[in-house]
Order: sequence, then C-alpha cells, then structure tokens
Amino acid sequence: MKLTLALLRRDLLLALRHGSDTLAVLLFFLLAAALFPLAIGPEPQTLGRLAPGILWVCALLSALLPLERLFAADFEDGTLDQLMLSGLPPSLVALTKAAGHWVVTGLPLLLAAGPVALMLRMPEEGIPVLLAGLLPGTMILSLLGTTGAAMIIGARRGGVLLPLLVLPLAAPVLIFGVSAVDATTGGQTAQPHLLLLAALLAIALPFCPLAAGAALRAAVE
Amino acid sequence: MNQIATSPARTGHVLHRFANPGRFLRLAARVQPYLTVAALVLLVVGIGWGMFFAPADRIQHDAMRIIYIHVPAAWLASSGYLALAVCSVLSLVWRHPLADLAAAEISPVGAAVTAVALATGSIWGRPMWGAWWVWDARLTSVLVLFFLYLGHVALVRAFDDPERGQRAGAILALVGVVNLPIIKFSVDWWNTLHQPASITLSGSPTMDSRMLWPLLFSALGFSLGFGALVMARLRAAVMERRIRGLLLAQAREGNA
Repeated sequence: MKLTLALLRRDLLLALRHGSDTLAVLLFFLLAAALFPLAIGPEPQTLGRLAPGILWVCALLSALLPLERLFAADFEDGTLDQLMLSGLPPSLVALTKAAGHWVVTGLPLLLAAGPVALMLRMPEEGIPVLLAGLLPGTMILSLLGTTGAAMIIGARRGGVLLPLLVLPLAAPVLIFGVSAVDATTGGQTAQPHLLLLAALLAIALPFCPLAAGAALRAAVE
Repeated sequence: MNQIATSPARTGHVLHRFANPGRFLRLAARVQPYLTVAALVLLVVGIGWGMFFAPADRIQHDAMRIIYIHVPAAWLASSGYLALAVCSVLSLVWRHPLADLAAAEISPVGAAVTAVALATGSIWGRPMWGAWWVWDARLTSVLVLFFLYLGHVALVRAFDDPERGQRAGAILALVGVVNLPIIKFSVDWWNTLHQPASITLSGSPTMDSRMLWPLLFSALGFSLGFGALVMARLRAAVMERRIRGLLLAQAREGNA
C-alpha cells in the first residue's frame, strides 16, 4: 500500500513538475472543441444538438495524447524494471498508473467540460448529466488507455498504434455517454445510460489492470 | 506461470505433442492439399448452388442470393476471432510456440473475411434498406471487430522482437473478446435494422431447406478455406522462422 502511494505520488509529482504536459492536453481539448463551431457554423440549434458528441469525442482524443509517454520514459531509463522488481504486483502498478493518468487528464477535462459545453450552446439541463457521464467515462478511458499503453511499450510506431488499439474498445463509453445527455435533453431519464457506464467501469476496473499487468510483465521480460 | 512451464500438466503435455514445428510441418504438408481442394469444391458447390439453383426469396428476389457469401463470411469473422483468442490463451498460459505464430497468421485472414462480410452486407443493404451503411448495433460491433483485427495485425508486427509482439497481441486479442457476445446478441439486445439470427443451435431454422443446404455447403467451404489459408500462412511462418534462425547462426559463425 505504501509502495502504491509512493508510486502515485511520484507520478503526480512528475506531472506537476512537467506541468506543460497537462496543460497541452487541456489546450488540445479546448482547441479541438473550438474548431467545431468554426467548421459547422455558429448556429445555436445545430451546435447544441451536436455538443455532447463533440465534447465526448474531444475528451476521448485528448485522453489519448499523454498515453504514448505513460510508460515510455519509465521503460527507457529502467524505472519499469525496478517497478517490476519492487514487489508490487504488475496489475497494481498498472492501476496506479491509470489513477495517475486520470488525475492529470481526466480530472482537468472534467473541469473544462462544463464551460466548453456552455460555449457550444449545449442545453443547460444536459450539463450535469454530461459531467456525471464523463466522471466514470474518463476513468474507463484511463483504464483502457493504460492497457493500450502497456501493450505498445517498446513498439516501433507506438503512437500511431495506440489509437487503433484503444478507440475501438472505447466506442461503448462514447455511445452511452452521449446517449445519456441526449436522453436528458430529449425529456427522458438518463439513468439507464449512466448505470451502463458505471457497469462498464465495474468491468474495466478489475480486468484492465490485469491485462495491463500482463503486458507490463511481457515488456520487461 | 513459470511453475506451469517447468512441470507441464496433462493438458499441456497433449498440447505440446503438436508444438513441435517439424512435426507440424510434416503433418501440414500432407493435410494441406486435401484441405485446399475440399474447400474449393465446397465453395464452388455451395455458391454455385445458391446463385443458380436455389429458389429466389419471395420478398427480396435475387438480391438475397448474396446471403451465400455474406452469412458464411460473417460467421467466420466471429469464429475466427474466437480461434484467435484460443490461440492467445494457449500462447499466454502454456507458451505454445505454434499458437504464437498461428495467432499472428489468423488475424490478417480474419480481417479479410470481416471486410468481406462488411462489404457484402453493405451491397445487400443498399437495395433492402436503401442505404449502404446504417449505424445499428450489429454493423457497429462488426466494424469494431474489424478494427480489433487490424489492431492485432499492426501490434504483432510492430516490435523488433517478434516474441514481444506476439505476447502483446495475445493480450489485445483477449481484451477484445468482450466484443464477441456483443456482436452475437446485438440483434436481440437492441432494436436493429439487421435481422436476428435465422439459424440457431436450438430450434429449427426459419429458412427453407432448399436455401439452407447451399448455405451450409458454402459455410463449410468458407471455414475450410479459412483453415487452408491459415495453415498455408502458418507453414510459411514456421519456415521463415527457421530461415531466420539459420541466417543468424550463419552470421554468428562468420563473426567468430
């Protein structure tokens, strides 16, 4: 437990010292979301209808950005070997990394999503549901992303590969996240979609670290 | 995992009898021609029967004849992934040397049949649904399957050390298995434009036997063809690995 916390603190500290990385993710999110009104026109009706989808897709893509480097630096300087020897189970290392990724990307995205939704003219009653969906959604993305990142350690073109591995698996998150918001703005209850998202998180929480742990072990063998 | 490897269990023992690449090559060389010929004959019979002799559908007329290609390809797309997953388990748990190579050779063939299923489905959808593509649950989940295959193909070949790629690919293949039940049950769970299954293991098929027989022939032909392609690719892969080993040994001798 102490080791886990130490690892988490180290990751967060590193992220804090390299604050520009976190900022880059946020800026990418803002910029990508800002491109849509320019591309499809500023008409509030269309924009408001598309806003949940735009936000979710942008969140998905920005969460991918820091993943390529998630393990790469540790792998190159040998820290990963040390982590595997530290006595921590590999799956716990992966889970800690995922938690770190969520704090540095998921949480800021969650904070930025509300204002961006307003800028995209999303109906205001949809915003709490959007955030309620993004909370488990970004966690699932962190878990899936960590799994993908663990698989590509040492690959030749990992950065290109990563979206190909993670995005198909992330499709259900996107579907339920957007339909939760659409249900609310359409006058229906968002509960089933949010529950399904929570169920996805409940599945991903044990299985993704397991898979990622196996991938980590394969990487240092 | 290491304990299993050092003291092989009974299942591991049976599995490893067929892990010897030399034994595999000898066996495969003998089976290959029969498999290929049987696949071709069944395909010609099944598709020829379906295209020219089976009755046309009452509502869809001749357009429905594409079923003799679409359905076998779609079945194979899922069962091919299942085979990929089984190979991945074998390679992860028992470090089966042939399963590693087999997984790497199944995924390109699987991606190809999935592409065939998607393409024929799209061609079928144009006259029936009035659109080349609809985003219903069945089509979307098969598209995800296609991307999973492509991801596996790319991942396995992305490493300088082939063994490392196979290990990563095996993990990806197992993670992707969650998609299989989604594909299977997508037509029941969601209200899709794609029709639900006509042929089930339990219960009689809701299809006339004059259409069912050519479909079964075609499906068997497709499956054997899949097997023949994978086997041919696997033989090539085993030989390639041997050649690489020989070249490496030669290079080492040259240096010494």
